[in-house]
Amino acid sequence: MPIKHPNLKLSRLTDALPAWTGEIAADDLYDICLGVREGGGRLVALWGSDERKQSRGFMLHVTLINETGLVCLNVPLPAEHPEYPDISRIFPAASRMQRAAYDLLGIYAHEGHDHRKWLRHGAWHSGSFPLRKDFDATASRAHDADDYPFVQVEGQGVHEIPVGPVHAGIIEPGHFRFSIIGERVLRLEERLGYTHKGIEKRFESMSLQQGAKLAGRVSGDSTVAYAWAYAMAAESIANVTPPKRALWLRALLLERERVANHLGDLGYLGNDVALAFGFAQFWILKEQVLRNNAALFGHRYLMDKIVPGGVNANLEAAGKRVIEEECAMLEREVRILRGIYDEHAGVQDRFIGTGRVAPKLAAQLGLCGLAGRASAQAWDARAQFACAPYDKLDVKMATYRNGDVAARVIVRFDELFESLRLQREILTQLIYEDEAPALLEKLPANGFGIGMVEGWRGEVMVAIHTDAQGKLARVHPHDPSWQNWPVLEHAVIDNIVPDFPLINKSFNLSYSGQDL
Amino acid sequence: MYQILKQIIRTGIKTETPPQADEAMRLIEQRLQQEILDVFGGALSIRQVDAGSCNGCELEIHAVNNAYYNIEGLGIKFVASPRHADLLLVTGPVSRHMEEALKRTYDATPEPKLVVAVGDCACGGGIFCSDDAGGAGENYATCGKVANVIPVDVVVSGCPPTPTAILQGILTAISAKK
Repeated sequence: MPIKHPNLKLSRLTDALPAWTGEIAADDLYDICLGVREGGGRLVALWGSDERKQSRGFMLHVTLINETGLVCLNVPLPAEHPEYPDISRIFPAASRMQRAAYDLLGIYAHEGHDHRKWLRHGAWHSGSFPLRKDFDATASRAHDADDYPFVQVEGQGVHEIPVGPVHAGIIEPGHFRFSIIGERVLRLEERLGYTHKGIEKRFESMSLQQGAKLAGRVSGDSTVAYAWAYAMAAESIANVTPPKRALWLRALLLERERVANHLGDLGYLGNDVALAFGFAQFWILKEQVLRNNAALFGHRYLMDKIVPGGVNANLEAAGKRVIEEECAMLEREVRILRGIYDEHAGVQDRFIGTGRVAPKLAAQLGLCGLAGRASAQAWDARAQFACAPYDKLDVKMATYRNGDVAARVIVRFDELFESLRLQREILTQLIYEDEAPALLEKLPANGFGIGMVEGWRGEVMVAIHTDAQGKLARVHPHDPSWQNWPVLEHAVIDNIVPDFPLINKSFNLSYSGQDL
Repeated sequence: MYQILKQIIRTGIKTETPPQADEAMRLIEQRLQQEILDVFGGALSIRQVDAGSCNGCELEIHAVNNAYYNIEGLGIKFVASPRHADLLLVTGPVSRHMEEALKRTYDATPEPKLVVAVGDCACGGGIFCSDDAGGAGENYATCGKVANVIPVDVVVSGCPPTPTAILQGILTAISAKK
């Protein structure tokens, strides 16, 4: 049992993960969170649901993690004044999640220090809440001017640079407000939510299978991680375990997604320090991986290959040889390129010491995933909460202490090589006898399940609530970018403005995944 | 430096033959005269605008720049401002929060200008929009397809479309109707 509290009774979620759930009163939330924090735990996700139809008012859901597993706390809130105690004083990452929960559902963290809107710009009125079941999507269109009170930095010589939402490169939209003196950044404030497209509301009108496709498009670069987390949540509710072969294939796909993304990032990080050679080389390698994906699995990014209950993919002996050859080729080429990056004085000069997040700050703010591991935050769900088939793989976690761009590059290189080793290991373990696919048709009524997968960026979590008919009542996908975006604001302090693109790239966070 | 040169020589030239223009991708008739197209054919500047995508289409637009598709080898490059652009490459269902920014980007692009919508969401709203809105694909948070917000010349479908299809869409936009 991961958390002990006199008023908390936990029940194990039938799940591939060590995960529990339990209901507590709003008054106990703060103490429990504090206890988890003092024990070295973190906040994974915070969201809410409208349960007024079941005469239960609203429900706040807080997922916490510590070294023994995950706990999802359910906090009932009254329909009239749905308020709960602010937990951003304990977990700073909660702040934006609480603001988003207010924008979307109208549940309110009292005593919070920041009550500005977060996901809502001008698309719907303040006081109307899209995730409430009685929200009228057609009647509540607002075209209000989007006022947002940025924090102003004052002093002699301080000025602001507003950037975005349309950025200068091929990237997603968001607004960055820099306060600077000369070229030095005093403060960066992010304003996100531009790609909010109503994903969570959309889930509620979908079947289980359509939902799997949507989950795979919350953040396109992490489609495998999301599809797996969604499937894991659904399988947990239905209490089924996919065939072994399907699980091995899922892990193979997840590692291939990691390799493709790390290759792409390593290329762009070279490009951002004026080594165009790096971009050219790494993107040739990435393209070869994508082409093999298309040839073997029918999709370059492996979308819609993981479905609730199993996989929609297969691998024959010939395909196995293709992957073996690809792994050997990548191992050889990436070693050469790593040597070139390591010995290139100009590259290292720009990488080392840039955008540093010290381990202590990373721990305070809850930095997670790849960026967290580069700042000595040793969390990797594949190693710590190894669900099948990772329980048979013995994943070697890559960590580093420096927390700068160079560290995030090193972690990417290390993880890339580890992913190649894992792919080879998976190929030897992949059993060739076909097991009957047992695809999930529908889910039991009034169920709740969560799935969590270590995607290339960090831990991706999906929670599913079903209604009395077993339909999707509420689906909450959570991207690790929620935790890491606020830390980026700290990483750029005291750096020069021209280094921002490099620092930003070294985190490579998802806009779509957090805007929902 | 020696290692870099050695690696470049070992890698060789990967660039493949670009695809031909495809009239089926055209949404509205070519508005530009042949003389202008001849100029564009030599050097085209693209401003990419993500108006709300899941970032899947961006991955493939990045790939168009890799050595295999080598879009810059055709004289086509991505620029940092709409004021430098001849063509807007727009992805995503247009979120309501990006509607104004997309319109302003379009207005800031000098005439003559072209718009290519990339991906199923940009072409028809895609998975994020419900079908019951009569194909317009709107919901509380999105305006649906790009053509609902700004005029679109060429559409490239796919989820995401392949780099070859994106390249084909761009080349179609700057080709004359045969």
